[in-house]
Amino acid sequence: MTNGDELTGIPHKILEEASKAGIEAKEENRSGTFFHVDQSTIYTKINEIFKGKIELMDIKNALQKHPWLDDYMWKIVDKNKDEFTKKVAENFSGGYFMRILPGTEITFPLQSCLMITQTGIEQRVHNIIIAEENSKANIITSCIQHSAVEKASHLGISEIYVKKGGTLNFTMIHQWSENTLVRPRSAAQIDDNGFFISNYICLRPVRDVQMYPVAYCNGKDSRTSFNSILYGNKNSLLDIGSQAVLNGRGSKAEMISRAIAREGSRMIIRGMIEGNSTECKGHLECRGLLVDDDAFIQSIPELIARKKGVEITHEAAVGKISEKEITYLMTRKLSREQAVSLIIRGFMDVSIMGLPEPLNSEVKRTVEMTTQVS
Amino acid sequence: MSILQVKNLGVKIENKIILNNITFSLKGSESHILFGPNGSGKTTLVGALMGLPSYEVFSGKIFLMKKDVTSKSVEERANLGIALGFQNPPEITGIKLADMLKLCAGKNPKEDFSKEERELVEAFRLGDFLNRDINVGFSGGEKKRAEILQLIFLKPKLLLLDEPDSGVDVESLRLIANEIQRYVEKSGSTALIITHKGDVMEHVKAKYGCVLLNGALHCFTNPIRIYEEIKKVGYEECVACRKRNMEGW
Repeated sequence: MTNGDELTGIPHKILEEASKAGIEAKEENRSGTFFHVDQSTIYTKINEIFKGKIELMDIKNALQKHPWLDDYMWKIVDKNKDEFTKKVAENFSGGYFMRILPGTEITFPLQSCLMITQTGIEQRVHNIIIAEENSKANIITSCIQHSAVEKASHLGISEIYVKKGGTLNFTMIHQWSENTLVRPRSAAQIDDNGFFISNYICLRPVRDVQMYPVAYCNGKDSRTSFNSILYGNKNSLLDIGSQAVLNGRGSKAEMISRAIAREGSRMIIRGMIEGNSTECKGHLECRGLLVDDDAFIQSIPELIARKKGVEITHEAAVGKISEKEITYLMTRKLSREQAVSLIIRGFMDVSIMGLPEPLNSEVKRTVEMTTQVS
Repeated sequence: MSILQVKNLGVKIENKIILNNITFSLKGSESHILFGPNGSGKTTLVGALMGLPSYEVFSGKIFLMKKDVTSKSVEERANLGIALGFQNPPEITGIKLADMLKLCAGKNPKEDFSKEERELVEAFRLGDFLNRDINVGFSGGEKKRAEILQLIFLKPKLLLLDEPDSGVDVESLRLIANEIQRYVEKSGSTALIITHKGDVMEHVKAKYGCVLLNGALHCFTNPIRIYEEIKKVGYEECVACRKRNMEGW
């Protein structure tokens, strides 16, 4: 492991790729930075002003430093769940450990970048995040395959704990390539009055992503919110879902997915909200837009109620981009192409994610850049 | 000077003839009122003038400022100065009213509004709507105000207004109509306004009106007289009593 003093010490080609997926090379706007490239963690740094408020290190170091972390490993993700979890349980190259200390509010986002730069490798990571009681933080994590790499796999386990009164806004940006197989396996556990927001953005083509993160709202009045912005192009297969298990009294879940499919991409958008306690509430919304006739979107919402007083709703709409909207914009002097691209960009409005500035503008810029190129 | 000239226009929707042999012209600095029962083809007429793809022009010609625009696309017509205020504009997620207004004004999204533009937004009582998705959750009146404001930002030569007064409260109607009148006078443009009600004529000074019935235009005369007549005897009788068919303005 080589820990440089400055992020700018990392090879330029890596930084440049990372910057396309929300990683900020100037670290003054970040509370901490973590870089894991291929099979090793190459950089971890906490911004001076946040020292003593957060912990950030490679998970393997963290396991040595904090023996109690054993209680958090493989606790909410089952290591025997499937062949991918088994592989990571067998052997993994590292991952991040992030802990926001009790009562602290981290105004700048923590950033992490997991990157693949070698062809043919299978990157296996295990991440743990703990937002301690009454803490508040934003995390942006980018998983990237360098554009020069043809084929690779990424298996990532993430276990996230939001303690009593904590708020964690976790934004994941995926930028893979047309030959990458991606299998994240994530789970979160939320205690009393905790709030976990999971944002997922996938814009670049990918061979095959399949994920179904789950949030266990175990605490009283705990909340979770899943937002996804998915742009399927060039034969990508995206099977993306999320599950909220509402065990706590008065717990709440909200899921919003926006999916755009074109150029032979296939997208399956799943969502399950399970109400196991009285007074829990959930809402699921999925909107899918087909830009051409070669793509496919399937929306599979599932709502389960097990107690009287559970209130869970859903709305879903999938279909072709509206001709009426295109024509309307053309009456405002736009060409057809400009109108379509404006509708697509509008559809992928990142403001649904509730990101703080400047993160909101950065993510917005990333979405605009990607959708413009194609 | 004539801004719009329509000669022998015929329009079909999905192979069904809706309008046939329509001929009229509109002069600058004037507003014109178009009456007609539901389903008579008023929306089809303004849609065909705008060039919307669902309306197929099978005969005749449309001239804007003497230029033949019959085969021009919607975008080209918009750039040449035709603007349409929709009766039911779509709700578009993620596109803010501010973005739409800047588009209409030919501005880059990062540019600010000028003082005049900002004053217009405030006059239309839409300041609080600038950062909202266009028409999403807007009331009927708010949609109409947003629609007319966009049209004024487009600075067109020809304004086609499809029921700008439907679902609008009295105060908003006065505001919309006054702004249309002010714009038409100031710019020397022309407006063709579809309406079922007479209230809009209290504020828009329209010299002429006409009735669209059975695919043809009738009764080119003072719109207030037409309106009173329609109220009294209905569209069919109104058209039957006046032998002004096909004369045009």
